[in-house]
Amino acid sequence: MAIDSSLMNRMEGNDAAAVAQVLAGDEDAYRILVERHSRSIFRLAYRMTANEQDAEDVVQETFLRAYRQLKRFESRSNFGTWLYRIAVNCSLDLIRKRRRHDEPPTEPSSEEETMYQLRDERPTPDRMVLGAEIQKKVDTVLSTLGPKERAAFSLRHYDGMSIEEIGVVLGVRPSAIKNSIFRAVQKLRRELQPVVHLTP
Amino acid sequence: MKHLTEEQIILYYYRDLAGKATVEAHLALCGECRRQLEDVRATLDTVGSSTVPDRAENYGAEVWTRLRPRLERPPRMDWMALIQPRRLAALATVAALLVVAFLTGRYWPRPEVSPPLAISAQAQDRIFLLAVGEHLDRSQSVLLELLNTPSGGPVDISSEQQRAEDLVAANRIYRQTATRAGEPGIANVLDDLERVLLEVARGPSELSAADLEEVRQRIENQGILFKVRVTDSTVHEREREGVPGSVTGKI
Repeated sequence: MAIDSSLMNRMEGNDAAAVAQVLAGDEDAYRILVERHSRSIFRLAYRMTANEQDAEDVVQETFLRAYRQLKRFESRSNFGTWLYRIAVNCSLDLIRKRRRHDEPPTEPSSEEETMYQLRDERPTPDRMVLGAEIQKKVDTVLSTLGPKERAAFSLRHYDGMSIEEIGVVLGVRPSAIKNSIFRAVQKLRRELQPVVHLTP
Repeated sequence: MKHLTEEQIILYYYRDLAGKATVEAHLALCGECRRQLEDVRATLDTVGSSTVPDRAENYGAEVWTRLRPRLERPPRMDWMALIQPRRLAALATVAALLVVAFLTGRYWPRPEVSPPLAISAQAQDRIFLLAVGEHLDRSQSVLLELLNTPSGGPVDISSEQQRAEDLVAANRIYRQTATRAGEPGIANVLDDLERVLLEVARGPSELSAADLEEVRQRIENQGILFKVRVTDSTVHEREREGVPGSVTGKI
């Protein structure tokens, strides 16, 4: 997804102005930032947690944490990237917490259900309704990746972010990001091999 | 002819590969690499667009409605705020009360009560060493993450901070137990560790590169990671050996 650079610059400028307003005591100016970035933060959180309710929680926690840390935000940085980074940390915190307490997700994840249904199966054309079913398979494969690996791949493939930007968001060196993307694509190639040539 | 690697082909697909002209020249000549590229392209085209559940146009407004009441809470405490005289006095009072409570409990005469379950001293020592060993493992992992966090710009350490916070309470109990059990070596290391964990837990969760460097310097100057590693290894060794005698051997 290519984003027009002049639009990006205008948004960054507007973000900086809104941040300044909030820091000057106008709490309601934070609404501008929340409304502008909520959908992209939700997408990122969903790709990392693979669970809709968890992604909603991450969105709330991200904006709350960003608000509390806003005075530490350096205006020369990109607010969106800074917010992405907080969202990644919130997602990782939630995933770790779930692992530590062995909690199941708050609602059954359709990806996980599909994963069990489709694992080790060889889809045949008659079983497979092209389109939605293939997309389910793709989601299944993505849900088997580690959270950072999935985030790195998603940010590159779906959001068109550069390797360097992803490195800043995930707090990882560009070489490690390249490796994550490489591993994700390798896994996708292996798992999607039977269905790739069935696509219209 | 040397073929392109799978990694090169994937990076080329995403236009992340340096030396594009060389790769294209190779692709023009090599049918095998062209097939590989087509295969990668077919896979990634199949992956296509994301299936993230859709959110309505007014989703941002909904998020704001839920978030707004929660923004009233006061911001987190700053590191500098901790050293304000009024806060220091409050902390000193709490610390003094804790000491009094501890000493009262320690020396107040109590009626003799037989233990409800007899566990041998050796078993108690092993349980203690096992718990301390696990605690030191977890602490090491937090310290290592802080030391290895890349510091290109502002760094969010909130997850490490949360873990440090969890470790502080456990650390205090193990330190007191080590002191009572006559293990000054373990107690001293846990004491040093507690200071570092407290600094991390009570500090800001977003650090500038300079702040992060300062935290790292403190960790390195105190040699805390080394002490924790040595103690951890000794504790595990003693635990494996079944702690001959009582826990009187010093680390």
